[in-house]
Amino acid sequence: MSETITLEVLRYHPETDSEPHFQRYTVPYKDEWVVLDALNHIKDNLDATLSYRWSCHMAVCGSCGMTINNEPKLSCHAFLRDYRGGVIRVEPLDHFPIERDLVIVMDSFIDKLSSVKPYLIPKQDKPLSAGEYLQTPGELEVFHQYTQCINCLLCYAACPQVGLNEDFVGPAAMALAHRYNLDSRDGGRQARAEVVASNEGIWECTFVGACSEVCPKCVDPAAAIQQTKISASVDWLKDLLTPGVHR
Amino acid sequence: MEVIETDIAIVGAGGAGLRAAIAVAEADPSLTLALISKVYPMRSHTVAAEGGAAGVIKDNDSLDNHFHDTVSGGDWLCDQDAVELFVNTAPSELLQLEHWGCPWSREANGKVAVRPFGGMKVERTWYAADKTGFHILHTLFQTSLRYPSIKRFDEYYSTDLIVEDGRCAGVIAIEMRSGRMVAFRAKAVVIATGGAGRIFPFTTNGAIKTGDGMAMAYRAGVPLKDMEFMQYHPTGLPGTGILITEGTRGEGGILVNKDGYRYLQDYNLGPPDPWPRKKAMELGPRDRLSQAFWHEQKKGRTIKTAQGDVVHLDIRQLGEKIINERLPMVRELALAYVGVDPVHAMIPVRPVVHYTMGGIHTDIDTATSLPGLFAAGECACVSINGANRLGSNSLAEIVVFGARAGRSAAAFAKANPALGAAGKAGEAAQERLRELFGREGGSDTVSGLRKAMNDTMESGAGIYRSEDTLRQTCGILADLRARYRTMPLQDRSNVFNTDLIQALELGCMLDVASALAQSALERKESRGSHQRLEYPTRDDANYLKHSLASYRGAEPPSISYRDVVITRSQPGERVYGGATT
Amino acid sequence: MSRRPYVRKVERSWWLQHPRYVAYMIRELTSLFVGLYCALLAVGLVRLSQGHAAWDGFVAAFSSPLGVAFQMACLVFAIYHSVTWFALTPKAMPLRMKGEPVPGIVIVGAHYVAWAVVSIVVLIGAGM
Repeated sequence: MSETITLEVLRYHPETDSEPHFQRYTVPYKDEWVVLDALNHIKDNLDATLSYRWSCHMAVCGSCGMTINNEPKLSCHAFLRDYRGGVIRVEPLDHFPIERDLVIVMDSFIDKLSSVKPYLIPKQDKPLSAGEYLQTPGELEVFHQYTQCINCLLCYAACPQVGLNEDFVGPAAMALAHRYNLDSRDGGRQARAEVVASNEGIWECTFVGACSEVCPKCVDPAAAIQQTKISASVDWLKDLLTPGVHR
Repeated sequence: MEVIETDIAIVGAGGAGLRAAIAVAEADPSLTLALISKVYPMRSHTVAAEGGAAGVIKDNDSLDNHFHDTVSGGDWLCDQDAVELFVNTAPSELLQLEHWGCPWSREANGKVAVRPFGGMKVERTWYAADKTGFHILHTLFQTSLRYPSIKRFDEYYSTDLIVEDGRCAGVIAIEMRSGRMVAFRAKAVVIATGGAGRIFPFTTNGAIKTGDGMAMAYRAGVPLKDMEFMQYHPTGLPGTGILITEGTRGEGGILVNKDGYRYLQDYNLGPPDPWPRKKAMELGPRDRLSQAFWHEQKKGRTIKTAQGDVVHLDIRQLGEKIINERLPMVRELALAYVGVDPVHAMIPVRPVVHYTMGGIHTDIDTATSLPGLFAAGECACVSINGANRLGSNSLAEIVVFGARAGRSAAAFAKANPALGAAGKAGEAAQERLRELFGREGGSDTVSGLRKAMNDTMESGAGIYRSEDTLRQTCGILADLRARYRTMPLQDRSNVFNTDLIQALELGCMLDVASALAQSALERKESRGSHQRLEYPTRDDANYLKHSLASYRGAEPPSISYRDVVITRSQPGERVYGGATT
Repeated sequence: MSRRPYVRKVERSWWLQHPRYVAYMIRELTSLFVGLYCALLAVGLVRLSQGHAAWDGFVAAFSSPLGVAFQMACLVFAIYHSVTWFALTPKAMPLRMKGEPVPGIVIVGAHYVAWAVVSIVVLIGAGM
């Protein structure tokens, strides 16, 4: 008998279940497998009714976020070898409604992401014929880490303020706003401030820091938000002392 | 069934689909646009592309160079008018991405940087570290948010095209979260659904690359062109098939066999030094590198591992600083998935299926033979890639032809009246679904049939093919397609039923696979990535033509041929290695 | 419609579900003690202005066993508060010098140095 490992997976079938329940599956243990491989094994061989999102299997598409043993993780990046000898509990990400099994409803995130104007608002218009905006490697480095977000929602699942406060814009959205604010080509900080520097934006954050701890891409949204608090406060002070000056 | 009226429907929201949507919105914001995707846009597989996008911008380069590299890289099966247009347009499209905020890597003076890439005489590959596809996709998605006319339908799985009066009149889709069917009635439809790598077992492609759009067009009577040409990327991780970018070799990485020998020099790609050198050794074209692996394997010179045979990719000589700056994701992937730190050790790699050169036959304006239907990106075959694609041409292709498709669709929608009231197309699709849900009995499952398809594709239609293996594969696929027609679902629910979606995807894959296998069987020559053991050379006299596979229901497709557009590059010998300097 | 998304309620004990949240709540709790101590210092100032008797009464209360115990607790919490605060400063204030990022440890270290200097000045001023 080769080695096996047990998964305890949350199931929820809205057409027949009044609430979620757990189901146990035993799968082969393989050193190089991730939890996603185990889920695929379940779906292909044991229970085809299990629903979950996945695609790239290389931690870049952001589809497969789940709560694994109480920790938000990408299932394609959670290695069985780290759970060997125990039971692996797999649930959908926290703080989002459950659509079905491990699939969450993420509409609120899409709305919040769109609300921060996450696109380049150039400081100066430049026709294509004039070539690229010049940007030195140093200028690129300033915002580069904040470009790495794969929209996997682990940070929303980890953040208690997201859980307690439905309207909180949230870590990833504000990290993306910060990415554009720091881009040397961008002049849109003012335009984004309406949502970002609002009560539902940065000021809802109490720097728990869980978001940055769980981020698989080291984006550090907590840092992005604290830095935005400082720049927003400075902007506010400037407006107070010299009102009407366009920035 | 709910009917949604829209001027234009775009199926697929990856690089090509998003670019098309933005092009429509910019051409005319008053046009209504439905952007339909089976996944949220940032999950599209464009996100996994790594190395870069090719476009001529440096003084030491010329459009002519890019043109010739591409045509010879494609073993002269590329339509040269399309390649001309492509190389001319790529630089401005990549620049447009920069203007939209794409974080291209830079030279010290602030200008966009380029790196060498396989099969290219002069370096022209723009890159954003080693996550170029990720940055392009996110730039396009985020930019698309500023156009109010782009209405997105995320997680809608498109099943059928609506065809009325010989025109494409829209698309039927399933809203995945509820299971209900919706009919999008549109004056013009753009398909941008990507390739079909998942018909093979070892692939860099994500779960979603199942050829859905190709199958939809195919079943509606549009031929699939050059399907036999499937690219194996030389360096994927064993087991998972995760892509290790060509950029590793562009920066100077080398490939060695079990004796530590740079074996590519034995396959007309040498001499091994001086290194690095463009179009030589590890910077040769992908088809030749993958074929070299196959030969090394036959000679017993590959390294055996628990996940199969591999060779070693060595980038230690680049040093930690360069690796962290230009290949950080490669380091992360190697550490996480094979436990190797490429700064100190060699990465085990093997060829894995990566890109579908073939696809929906379109003209240079992305129009298909069905009026009102357009296609762009990996799902289409214009053809600019011919028998083998050069690395970094695909990310450029999606924006060049994505934009073109958007503009063509917008022009068509404005010039053509809307069709009459909603017809019966929806009813047929609904009935097909009801029949699928109603099937009882039988032991066939989605995963069982899919595995059988994967196995036969790898053994019969892999890097090297023969009459016997191809015939066998065609036979097995015909059998699988028959069994598919009675295969029951195991999940009959409505809400986010992924057994249903996987079953529908399997149907698409089986159709696409049979087009591939039949096209391969009938091309009795070796060209680019299609290699026949019994016909080892190129046969321009008989086969300097595109294959066209036409759907015939349960029967295998009929294969016809179409001339290649040759303008200024006559077929010659593909020469790589020292002879090119 | 067959859809029925299930909303999981956030329990009041949410912060007990994971060690990182417990640590966070303790950190937040320390500010309560820091605030209380500041309030008591303010009371002390008021007593000072009310003359010797009031001031002596205040000092006596502070020197009582309960008073000392409270102050020790405040000291512990204030140290924890400061240490966690310092550790987070590089995130809120990333500094760059000559185009290179200043290492976090330098920023944190500078805070400790400043704290030491201020403490020494205060202690000397208090006549120790």
